[in-house]
Parts: sequence; structure tokens; C-alpha cells
Amino acid sequence: MSVDKDTVAKIARLARVRVDEDKQAALAGELSNILGWIEQLSELDTEGVEPMTSVVSMQLPLRADEVTDGGYPDKVTANAPEAAHGFYAVPKVVE
Amino acid sequence: MAELTDLTLAEARDLLAKGETSSKELTEAHIAAVEAARPLNAFITETPEKALAMAAASDKQRKAGTAGVLEGIPIGMKDLFCTEGVLTTAASHILDGFHPTYESTVSRNMWDAGAVLLGKTNLDEFAMGSSNMTSFYGGVENPWRRSGDNRPLVPGGSSGGSAAAVAARCALGATGTDTGGSIRQPASFCGIVGMKPTYGRCSRWGIVAFASSLDQAGPMGRTVRDTAIMLRAMAGHDPKDSTSVDAPVPDYEAALTGNIKGMKIGIPKEYRIDGMPVEIDQLWLQGIKWLEEAGAKVEEISLPHTHYALPTYYIIAPAEASSNLARYDGVRYGLREGADGTLDEMYEATRGKGFGDEVKRRILIGTYVLSAGYYDAYYNKARRVRSLIARDFAAAYKKVDAILTPTAPSAAFGMGDKMDDPIAMYLNDVFTVPASLAGLPGISIPAGLSKDGLPLGLQLLGKAFDEETVFRVAGVLEEAAGFEARPAFLAA
Repeated sequence: MSVDKDTVAKIARLARVRVDEDKQAALAGELSNILGWIEQLSELDTEGVEPMTSVVSMQLPLRADEVTDGGYPDKVTANAPEAAHGFYAVPKVVE
Repeated sequence: MAELTDLTLAEARDLLAKGETSSKELTEAHIAAVEAARPLNAFITETPEKALAMAAASDKQRKAGTAGVLEGIPIGMKDLFCTEGVLTTAASHILDGFHPTYESTVSRNMWDAGAVLLGKTNLDEFAMGSSNMTSFYGGVENPWRRSGDNRPLVPGGSSGGSAAAVAARCALGATGTDTGGSIRQPASFCGIVGMKPTYGRCSRWGIVAFASSLDQAGPMGRTVRDTAIMLRAMAGHDPKDSTSVDAPVPDYEAALTGNIKGMKIGIPKEYRIDGMPVEIDQLWLQGIKWLEEAGAKVEEISLPHTHYALPTYYIIAPAEASSNLARYDGVRYGLREGADGTLDEMYEATRGKGFGDEVKRRILIGTYVLSAGYYDAYYNKARRVRSLIARDFAAAYKKVDAILTPTAPSAAFGMGDKMDDPIAMYLNDVFTVPASLAGLPGISIPAGLSKDGLPLGLQLLGKAFDEETVFRVAGVLEEAAGFEARPAFLAA
């Protein structure tokens, strides 16, 4: 599978990672190589094989649906680049 | 103070128990060693004041007669574990200034057992790498050098700072995390022991997530016994991690009986790969001989899908990473860039600037293989192959108790080598990745030297949750190998 510059721009946008235009071509080459190498999986017949969901066979543990934690917004937002009144502050999203 | 930093963790523990040294004394010696080893760049953050306070508290604890299994022992903590109030970076620019308001379960368990924090050790950014060269805080130098050659070498990765610190005698032990080989490969490169337990044995809560279905914490030390002591303190059920197993933690040290008579050890024929250096093949043969001489029965086994493990890993790990790393958005922690633009522009600018090249590559690969139209062809295909790889091991373990392989296909390489070829770098993990995909425990022990005088490791793999057998066989191998060589650089 070969990835071109436009595809790099598209997935970078999906991932919300800025990739400068002058770096897109080089990255396209690298990603193409990696995807080409990964491609060898297609030679394996996996018909009827269940995709793995968990390496350890275990029942997902359940607990009562009740509040067990919380009530400290200052602690939660302590590492935010910008926070106010117990909320995260972000650029304006609604005009 | 050289004597105190040259002790094994077990020896230090015994001296402490006899009252022949104190945690204060031990910790002071190691703080000096951490300082002396600064040229290696093994630590991102040193915490000498915290270490002294913890040592004083530990000495009090011992006097009160309530010593834990790591009471008074100074260790290094990989900077992927969240430590309350102590800078935690994952070696990434994007976590600038992050001071967690909580403690990871594994580190909490270790403090509860009496361990003392010397500092946070360097690693590849978000644990993505096999050289420690992707760290925002710069590469780590391996304390070993090729004989007659002074060029700096990598310590391996991603737990490269931990491995270098333990090898250089800055810490009696250190924590690592292993997603595809990040404990075992650096242990092999630095001539120390590194153990990746079964997936689910140690809680992942509070460890900066890379690939959640693979990540597992484990100990790194200078002897098998030291890692056995550490794992006992690190492991245990944690309701805060839904994949943490609710099973008792054995006394792993008690498993070191030295007796492997009649035990069956498998040698997977698919691990004999093209282009493997002769010296590694020879070391592997030597390892087989040692185990036979100790009374084990060695037989060839087949793990037919071995060849497909690396490409499978490089779909699954980036896919999980791309979703795990979505949380670094300039809103909740660390770096924020482009705050003058729209919210989307801020996300893109923050992530564009905050992530290094390898992390970006993996996020993009992960986003691609999960995107509409490719999900089945890549991600689901890889999950199917992962099932086949796990089945290979399950079939093998019907015949054998443990598996012996080399840890890595080479000794440590030069700083800066392989940086322009991601796939060549990925091949470092060819022998460690299969067991990671199957969630199985594995250990690397230093078993010999290359012709250039660099350490080479052998890897033992075990059945799920049977770390005891892995430790037992590793102890025998360690004894037979009698690895006494020391790195060129020692901290004290």
C-alpha cells in the first residue's frame, strides 16, 4: 500500500497533528515503507480465526453503578494550561 | 561509598535487616552515584530531597518493626509512572510541567513496601522506541563501551534510563514497562536482568498508556533474585485496572530453588533468523547446554507464526497508541500551542509541536489502520493473526514448561545508528514481541559477551501467570553463565 502526500495530509488532519507541508512527502515515503512491510500479513489465511480481544481470558469485572470518587475539580484541573472556576478554558467555540 | 552501590538489592536488604547499614546511608551513597552518572543522562528528574525524606521515614519504620519487602531500598522509577507531585514527562515535550495529583498503583505498592525514590528515569518518548533516542530529553548513554572503542552506544529502549542506571550502579533496581520488549531488550544491551510479567500481573493504573492491550510493568535489577524481590512488591490485584488479575502474588524469591531437573525447555526453530550474528547463535547453544547440564530436557518446538509477530505488533500498538494519545490536546495537561486560533487549530498546533517524529509516525499509522475502509484489512487482520500467535504458544506449552531464545538480534549499537530506517529499528524486538502479543511472562538475563566485549542476553519465556518457573530457570541459567563483567562506566 502506497501512501501519497494528500493521504498524509488527510490522516494528519484526522489525528489532529499538524504536519508541515514540506515534511509531508518524506513522511509519505516512510509510511509507505512501513505499510508495505506490514502488508505481508495478507499472505496468511485467517479465515474463521476470531480476532483477539483480550490476551488473558477473564470476565470483565462488574461493580455497583455508584459514585466512588470525585468532588475535587481543582485537583482535576491542576495541570491544565488554562483553567478557571473549576473548568478547563479553551479557545472560543461558539460565537 | 562504592561498596554500598555495588551491593545487590538482596545483599542491601540483608545488611539493612541486620542493622549493618541504614536506608539513610544507602540512599546517600546512591544520590551521589546518580550525580556522578549525570553524563549518561539516565535520569530526567532527580529527587534527592524526597529520597532522603523517604529514607528517614523508612529507617523509622524499620525501628518500629514493620519493614516491608523493599524497606529502605533506593530505586529508579521509569518516567512513565505517574508520581504524585513529582514531574512526570513520558519523555515527551507535550507533557511539559505535568505534576500528577495521584500515584500509580505500581509505584504506590513499592512505596508501601518501603522503597525510596531516587528519581525518574529517561525513556523513549511515550515508550516508543528501542534505543532511548526518541526522548525529548535526549538519548541515554549505555555505560558499556566496545573494547578499544570509545564511541557512545545506546542502552536500548524504551526503558533505557532504568537499564543504564542499574548497570552503572546508580540504583539497586529500577522499574520498566514492556510493550514489545522495552524491559528485556535494554536489559540485554546493558548486561542486567529485566522481567516482563504476564499481562494483568501488575496494575496499569497511573502508567502513561501506550498500547493498553500490551503494556505491562516489570522490574529491572542486577540479579534474578533482585527482580524476583521487586516483582513481589510491584504486583497485585487492583480494582482500578479492569485487566488486573485477581490472584495471589507468590513469593517469587522462594521459586529460586536452583532445581530444574526434569523440566522441559523448548527451543523454537523459527527464532533462528537469517543474518543473526554467529555469536548470538553460539550463546543460545551455550544456554541450551547449561540447561541440559542442570538436568532439564531440551527439545525443539515450533511457533509457526513468529515471522508475522512484528508486522502484527506494528498495526496493533500504533492503533492503540493513536487512541490513547488523543488525550494530549493542550487542554488538560502540559503544552498548549496556537491558543489564538480556533479549538481545532490549537489541537493541531499543540500536537504538531508536542510530539516527536517517531510518536507522530505511530499516531499516523494507527489513525490510518483504524480509518474507514482499512479497519478490516489492517486492524482486524492483525487481531486475527494475534490469536494465531497466542495459539502457537498455547500448543507449545502443552509440551514444554519454558522457552529459551536470545533476547535481541544484536548487542548495543551506536547512538544515532538506525535512526533513518524505522523498520531496521523495529527489528530489535523480533524475539521479544511474540510473547508480548500473547501476554506471556519473559525475562532477559546477561549470559555472555560479544566479540567486542558487549553484554548479550538470553530470554526465557513462561506460561501465563507462571513467573515462578521463569524465575527458577533464569536463576539456574544465571548461575551457570556466571556473568561478572562490568561496564566501562561505573558511578562510584
